[in-house]
Amino acid sequence: MAPDDRPDGTPGVLADPGRPALGEPVLEIRDLVKHYPLTRGVLFKKQIGAVKAVDGVSFDLRKGETLGIVGESGCGKSTLAKMLVGLERPTSGQIRYQGQDIATLSGRALKAVRRNIQMVFQDPYTSLNPRMTVGDIIGEPYEIHPEAAPKGDRRKKVQDLLDVVGLNPEYINRYPHQFSGGQRQRIGIARGLALRPEIIVADEPVSALDVSVQAQVVNLLEALQDEFDLSYVFIAHDLSVVRHISDRVAVMYLGRLAETGTDEQIYEHPTHPYTQALLSAVPVPDPEAREHRERILLTGDVPSPADPPSGCRFRTRCWKAQPLCAEVVPPLEVPEAFREEGPARHPSACHFAEERHVVPGE
Amino acid sequence: MTDTDEPAPAGTGQEAAPLLEVRDLRVEFRTRDGIAKAVNGVSYRVAAGQTLAVLGESGSGKSVTAQAVMGILDSPPGFVTGGEVLFQGRDLLTLGREERRKVRGAKMAMIFQDALSSLNPVLSVGAQLGEMFQVHEGMSRKEARGRSVELMERVGIPAARARVGDYPHQFSGGMRQRIMIAMALALAPDLIIADEPTTALDVTVQAQVMDLLAELQREYRMGLILITHDLGVVADVADTIAVMYAGRIVETAPVHQLYKAPAHPYTRGLLESIPRLDHKGQELYAIKGLPPNLTAIPPGCPFNPRCPLARDICVTDRPPLYDVGPGRASACHFWKETLDGAR
Amino acid sequence: MPEPLEPYESYAAREAIGHGDGGSAALAIGEAESLERVPGAGPPGGEPAGKPRSLWSDAWHDLRRNPVFVLSALVIVFLVLIAIWPQLIASGNPYRADLAKAQQGAEPGHPFGFDTQGRDVYTRVVYGARASITVGVCATTGAALLGSLLGGLAGFFGSWWDGLLSRIADIFFGIPVILGGLVFLSVITSSTVWPVVGFIVLLGWPQISRIARGAVVTAKQNDYVQAARALGAGNGRLLLRHITPNAVAPVIVVATIALGTYIALEATLSYLGAGLKPPTVSWGIDISAASTYIRNAPHMLLWPAGALSITVLAFIMLGDAVRDALDPKLR
Repeated sequence: MAPDDRPDGTPGVLADPGRPALGEPVLEIRDLVKHYPLTRGVLFKKQIGAVKAVDGVSFDLRKGETLGIVGESGCGKSTLAKMLVGLERPTSGQIRYQGQDIATLSGRALKAVRRNIQMVFQDPYTSLNPRMTVGDIIGEPYEIHPEAAPKGDRRKKVQDLLDVVGLNPEYINRYPHQFSGGQRQRIGIARGLALRPEIIVADEPVSALDVSVQAQVVNLLEALQDEFDLSYVFIAHDLSVVRHISDRVAVMYLGRLAETGTDEQIYEHPTHPYTQALLSAVPVPDPEAREHRERILLTGDVPSPADPPSGCRFRTRCWKAQPLCAEVVPPLEVPEAFREEGPARHPSACHFAEERHVVPGE
Repeated sequence: MTDTDEPAPAGTGQEAAPLLEVRDLRVEFRTRDGIAKAVNGVSYRVAAGQTLAVLGESGSGKSVTAQAVMGILDSPPGFVTGGEVLFQGRDLLTLGREERRKVRGAKMAMIFQDALSSLNPVLSVGAQLGEMFQVHEGMSRKEARGRSVELMERVGIPAARARVGDYPHQFSGGMRQRIMIAMALALAPDLIIADEPTTALDVTVQAQVMDLLAELQREYRMGLILITHDLGVVADVADTIAVMYAGRIVETAPVHQLYKAPAHPYTRGLLESIPRLDHKGQELYAIKGLPPNLTAIPPGCPFNPRCPLARDICVTDRPPLYDVGPGRASACHFWKETLDGAR
Repeated sequence: MPEPLEPYESYAAREAIGHGDGGSAALAIGEAESLERVPGAGPPGGEPAGKPRSLWSDAWHDLRRNPVFVLSALVIVFLVLIAIWPQLIASGNPYRADLAKAQQGAEPGHPFGFDTQGRDVYTRVVYGARASITVGVCATTGAALLGSLLGGLAGFFGSWWDGLLSRIADIFFGIPVILGGLVFLSVITSSTVWPVVGFIVLLGWPQISRIARGAVVTAKQNDYVQAARALGAGNGRLLLRHITPNAVAPVIVVATIALGTYIALEATLSYLGAGLKPPTVSWGIDISAASTYIRNAPHMLLWPAGALSITVLAFIMLGDAVRDALDPKLR
């Protein structure tokens, strides 16, 4: 059994045979679960169920790569991000960093790990403390981890960081409300970089920004990755942005991964019906391509994570669903049909996986 | 700040009398930080059965223009300081408050981005839909309820009869947006203004709602003004696009031509700066700098500080909307070069 | 004919990371969602745009220009001054009685006339400020400290501690103020202000604690708190550095308004004989004494009552002005 194999013997994502590793894994996620209990009663609380926000997710993050995680609202991608940076404690499962499971750490050991895994938030308006100057915000990591920089160097370091993210170092004494959304997001990125982390988890880092500013921030993130040798977990609902920035992509639906692979495998050769529907629905800024494009219109809405469908989570909206789909959970592995070499050979959690081109190619 | 350029209004429909014609509309916000010039001479036309997309980033004035047309501008701080809004030949800006209110809802309706906050949380959706019929058409409660169910069925709400008594929070985001569309349609208006109608929705639901809107528009031959920042959504449904920047229309064109060969550097920059779904691409093109502060719009062409083509003339002279082809206009001194560069 | 343009190909290559927006002091209106949220480009006629401006300094900038604030602040400064040094404007003795002049109206040197015992009303009104201000300031400080400590901790830690505190606060809310004051204070014979202060703190803290709890819960949900937590910040840092500075504004506003109402409450209790007791000079006591003679000598009642009203109004208006200045929706 490979180290990441599931208890039921199905191979995990580590066994992803599609590609040689780009680098060593820096983060190994195994069977991660987060259930939020639903309770009733004020004094004597009784658990009446659970919101299964994340329900058995496994993947690796390799050194220097960007792993994109896409999914619609409520699929659990933000909860996943919070668990990766230690803001939420998993109900079960492992997050292995440098050989230790950070999900079980606390106190000093957790604080030490946090230096190396940082987060960039979605909303540039609420993620910066309005009562602190930019210098205090970016310098706060050094106050929390005094060993990271001697006191005398801190101001210089903060100014260097401002320069790195493309802001004038003289802005150090200003307050967040004096900046625009794009500039604030740069400040948030500078704070994330301060401790020179290995891994940055970015939860929808550009979705609150205007199109013209979005491109600036995406380019900045890419430039920083090269400069500081960062590994990114890039979480977004915008499939175009994810394709642009990611080396590998994981598609998430209702707390589980539906399909994983390289950007080319997912976008050009999707085999999971949900991925196909998602890709076909993306509005493309090209009216001509549009007319030649096949669209899969899904019916209905995403079911509640408090009461997910049995078997395959996607079956209630899937046009291919069979009785089998309600009974057996499809494992995330390379489907039988695609065991030979080829771009469709990547893990896909569907009993009836088949390749389908939905993105108009060039 | 004098510009007397009388540009060809955006939008087609010059043949017949247009359903809506906005002429040289100006809106400003008087804030304590100064006067923000949100809309600075916007003109466009929409004909029945036609879709005009108004595209722009936040702060471009696209929503403010729509609010002024609908007559729902928050005033103060917003004030319409000039222009005309001709709807079926009448200038709405000169109408009294009461007459204006009659036009709104019955003749023109608006769909907002956030359906949850646009619906009353303590009334059932049936009551809110029915109220429109009771108030405007004097129907009985029972008749109104029947019409509500019909309408909910028409916009694709499953089990409409059973759900007519449900409250807004009991519906999903996509269903709520459908209810908003149903409310807008209730009195069979001639014009619908949709302000970012799908921005808050997931992609798979977005497509459903957009399709519904386009279908209903064709069916009822309504004029539709679609306000959005999303170049992808626009490409799907619009006939004509007007691109706004700093309170002005900088380019208008039929949808295919705009995407194929933009005639304004801002449009071109926007198109180049969005990542593509169909290939990975290299580094993204990024328009440098930030949109201007509306209390201090740069002289000359407002885009000049960010424009790769800017010359001296761009700083001194504001470009008028040049006629750059059939149904096309661009507010750029160098539209020819931009167009050639794009081809 | 314009000069030849550079080839279009260079277009895409320019400004790779967009350092461009760093140089200009661009405080864009553009990206804000609505004009109300716009962080405008520096106040017109004020300091040049781009100077560091904290939200507090912004608020102060607004307040200085608000006539309501200026007026109420001047009144309050004046009241505080005469509470400390009543001799500044009243040379007489508030206790000196001249029964011959009982209930007489104004005369030179005695602009407000005399009370039933022939004491100078003007001097008594001036000396009465001390009791009112002392009770108001001390009770507010006590209630604000106790309330924001308990409420803030409840909001931050939540769970059973929050539930317990909310129930206790509810019990105190349920006590009728006047009845409670009559019962509680009538058993105390001290003639100092402290029993009254203690009673008001006891009944006043739940209101502040509710506000503080709400403000902390709101502040706690902000991403910047999550961000600090993700950096490894402990609870102490989160509370002191991130939550308190963002939660303190509503508490200040409510406390300022409460100060006015506490002064009125003290006067009410004194009027009913349960608050301050002679020989303390207090507007409430004087109003009580004068109320019997309102037909014959209304001046005895009107002057202290007017002073009380102005004081209460000044604090309430100050609280309103501060709230307007700190209201994030206007920012």
